[in-house]
Amino acid sequence: MKTLLKYAQVALVVLAIAALLAAPLVLKPYGIFVLSQWAVMAIAAVGLNLTLGYAGQISLAQASFVGIGAYTVALLQPFGVPFALAFVAAGLLSFAIGWVLGYPALRVQHHYLAFVTLAFTTLVFLVMRNEEWLTGGIYGISNIKRPIILGWSTVKPVPFYYFALGMLALVTAIVWWLLRSPWGRAFTALRENPIRALSLGIDTRRYTLFAFAFGSALGGLSGAMHAPLVQFIEPTSFGLSLSLTLLLMVIVGGSGYFLGPFVGALVAVIMPEWLRFADGLYLIAYALLVLLLMTFCPSGILGLFGRLANLIETRAASARRQSLSAKLDQKPVSS
Amino acid sequence: MSAFLQLLISGLATGAIYAIVAVGFTLIWQTSQTINFAQGEFVMIPAFFVLAAMKLGGLPFWAACLVGLAVSVFVLGVMFKQAIVDPMLKHGVLPLVISTIALSLLLKESAKEFYSSQAQPFPSLVPSVDLNLFGAVISTQSLLVLGVAFVTVGGLNLLLNRTRFGRAMQATAQNRSVARILGVPVERMVLATFVINGLLVAIASILISPIYLVKFTNGETLGLAAFIAAIVGGFNQVRGAIVGGLVLGVVDNLSAAYISAQYRGAFPLFLLIAVILLKPEGLVGRREERTV
Amino acid sequence: MSHVLEVRNVAKRFGGVTAVDDVSFCVDEGEILGIIGPNGSGKSTLFNCVLGQLRPTSGEVLVDGRSVTGMRPCDLNRLGVSRTFQLLQVFPQLSVRDNLILAAQEHQGTMLSRLFGRPDAGLTADAEQMISFFGMSHLAGEMAGGLSYGQQKLLDAAMAFMAGPRLVLLDEPAGGVNLTMLGHLKERLKTLNSERKATFVVIEHNMEFVMSLCTRVLVLAEGKILAEGKPAEVRSNPKVIEAYLGH
Repeated sequence: MKTLLKYAQVALVVLAIAALLAAPLVLKPYGIFVLSQWAVMAIAAVGLNLTLGYAGQISLAQASFVGIGAYTVALLQPFGVPFALAFVAAGLLSFAIGWVLGYPALRVQHHYLAFVTLAFTTLVFLVMRNEEWLTGGIYGISNIKRPIILGWSTVKPVPFYYFALGMLALVTAIVWWLLRSPWGRAFTALRENPIRALSLGIDTRRYTLFAFAFGSALGGLSGAMHAPLVQFIEPTSFGLSLSLTLLLMVIVGGSGYFLGPFVGALVAVIMPEWLRFADGLYLIAYALLVLLLMTFCPSGILGLFGRLANLIETRAASARRQSLSAKLDQKPVSS
Repeated sequence: MSAFLQLLISGLATGAIYAIVAVGFTLIWQTSQTINFAQGEFVMIPAFFVLAAMKLGGLPFWAACLVGLAVSVFVLGVMFKQAIVDPMLKHGVLPLVISTIALSLLLKESAKEFYSSQAQPFPSLVPSVDLNLFGAVISTQSLLVLGVAFVTVGGLNLLLNRTRFGRAMQATAQNRSVARILGVPVERMVLATFVINGLLVAIASILISPIYLVKFTNGETLGLAAFIAAIVGGFNQVRGAIVGGLVLGVVDNLSAAYISAQYRGAFPLFLLIAVILLKPEGLVGRREERTV
Repeated sequence: MSHVLEVRNVAKRFGGVTAVDDVSFCVDEGEILGIIGPNGSGKSTLFNCVLGQLRPTSGEVLVDGRSVTGMRPCDLNRLGVSRTFQLLQVFPQLSVRDNLILAAQEHQGTMLSRLFGRPDAGLTADAEQMISFFGMSHLAGEMAGGLSYGQQKLLDAAMAFMAGPRLVLLDEPAGGVNLTMLGHLKERLKTLNSERKATFVVIEHNMEFVMSLCTRVLVLAEGKILAEGKPAEVRSNPKVIEAYLGH
């Protein structure tokens, strides 16, 4: 039964990938744009899931890193820096700043950490808004060009969509590797019981800092893709509300589940678009849906699937037991 | 000097509002570990209730205010607890955080969609006159805010510290299980904190709306201010939220005037970060024993 | 030759309360030292001072002649000092096998080499061996959170031995464990002591367990050492009897 469920899961993932690849055949350019947005936001959500879901460190700063990544790419572009280089720079810069932001996490936890990171987000927003000489202030930076990768132009929506998917796949592979390595085990230990982890030789300080730095770096990479996707960036896109949306993606998808952020990003990016038929009411409907979802499956959508799988398994097990005892009951009759 | 005095008093008036909002925030945090990300929207909404009561119900302003208070207590106090906090509490802090975020979106969009996206004028409790005090120009609005906030907070303090009911509520906030053993009706006390929060946000709403006008985006800065005030003052004490609110209002006003208007908003955050890292129990809070 | 563990004049005060008062003792290779004492006698505080969870107010702790006073628990662990906890401390969301791998992985290579190395850090075989040694082969793939209390307690002990430690500190290993499981645990500990030359310090309430396991016993009362010696000597010491039975 367990293996069957595993196969079903793999089949679902394969199906989803096939659907993503085939999407340009059926979708209009706007649909492709929304899906590209999903892919880009999913990168940031995967990063936050690493920090929060696996290592247990809450961060409301992820939007800042998306912003830092986006501005890095946008600011380097006029100097003729190739996209690949700017992309890496965005990741490295976010990694370094994320590392520093991890230090408060060594001192404070839970809601205090949430508020330190929340303050960080607001401070970064103020810098983006006020330092006009660098960031263009409230006017932002426009005309960001989409890159040409090894002669392949991503200027049109469909190529850029595939480019975004590719980057998401790359990031996913890296995170999958990281979580499968002993580091993944150490992160889980850090989340579940830091004191015991420490007594087993796990340097919880260093892993905490790495968890922050890696998660932030993915935020930066997401931003580096966001800038050429929307081609115009301004400070309000990277404020607290984006941080809260990213948190929502991770929790709604299922915090600590590998596929959680992908599903969560789907809910946060695509659901509002689907609800657009409701006109002005669509955000109200969206908020209500999230409220309901949290009430009925607080461990997220994938948590709900996990519960269902458990339920099926126990049902199957008790059915087996029943048929077994039924056979035992029949024995004396038949003999 | 007179300019300083002027800034100080208007800072205190803003701070008094922050204090009221932060006290409510702290109370429900203490009794039910709810970090209410919708607290700012809770302050934005009651003014709409009052306006709706005047416009649709044709009530005079004072009666509409009473209706606003009552609806706020019921919707933002009782219903918020029963429909959102209670079912989610056992699942930990984060799902509840997400729910309050969704709730803030819901409230904001509802106000915009069902009432108006335009800023609405709101009647004032006193005529707006500028008084001259030692050369400083001080509006009657500021004085009213300070006065009402002083009475509200003072009354709440009396309730919490001088009555049996208040002490039972504090016991509930500090340690639920001990309170239960001591025979405190814990459930009712928790409900009481939500009711008080509903009342406080409605008072804050009626106080600020003549100054800032009624707009669906009003909650955004207020919610943040309430968090900061609560933490700066001390998360585990009502007194802390009051001190935190006042300090925040003054710091905000003075730093904007004397240091940088562009980075208005940054200084309270620096204060927040400094307090969390250096004195996490807050300016007037008690240090909580950490369990290893 | 230096002692495996040497505690020199360690004291720990909390405000005005002296929890551990000038305690000194040594543990040599292959010994099983039991530390007993009534509730509140400072056993756990002493343990936490030795293990770096608390910083002693004064005094020194040496492992193999090297001062480790105030060292972080993770660094101490990598020097070969491991421990179990009084309350259950396994990782419920990891399998039994992963709990054991986790307990030794930080001893393999560097952080960087672990990132690029094998997912199990080459420890699966060791983990399987430890699992079968503790008689839990049928549970290897189960989530630790789903085990019974006694099984988790065994796992907790097994984790302490995964990295081949030089010194193991056991904090009430017998607490809450049923008799069968207790005998099982005691046998395992004795075997590990004789075959792997592991040195133990055990804090325990269960006198029977201590007396039959330990080679030497130290009695703590009100933060001071009251008596020390072979189990039989300690058992008949009138001061100990008085401390236990009260006045």
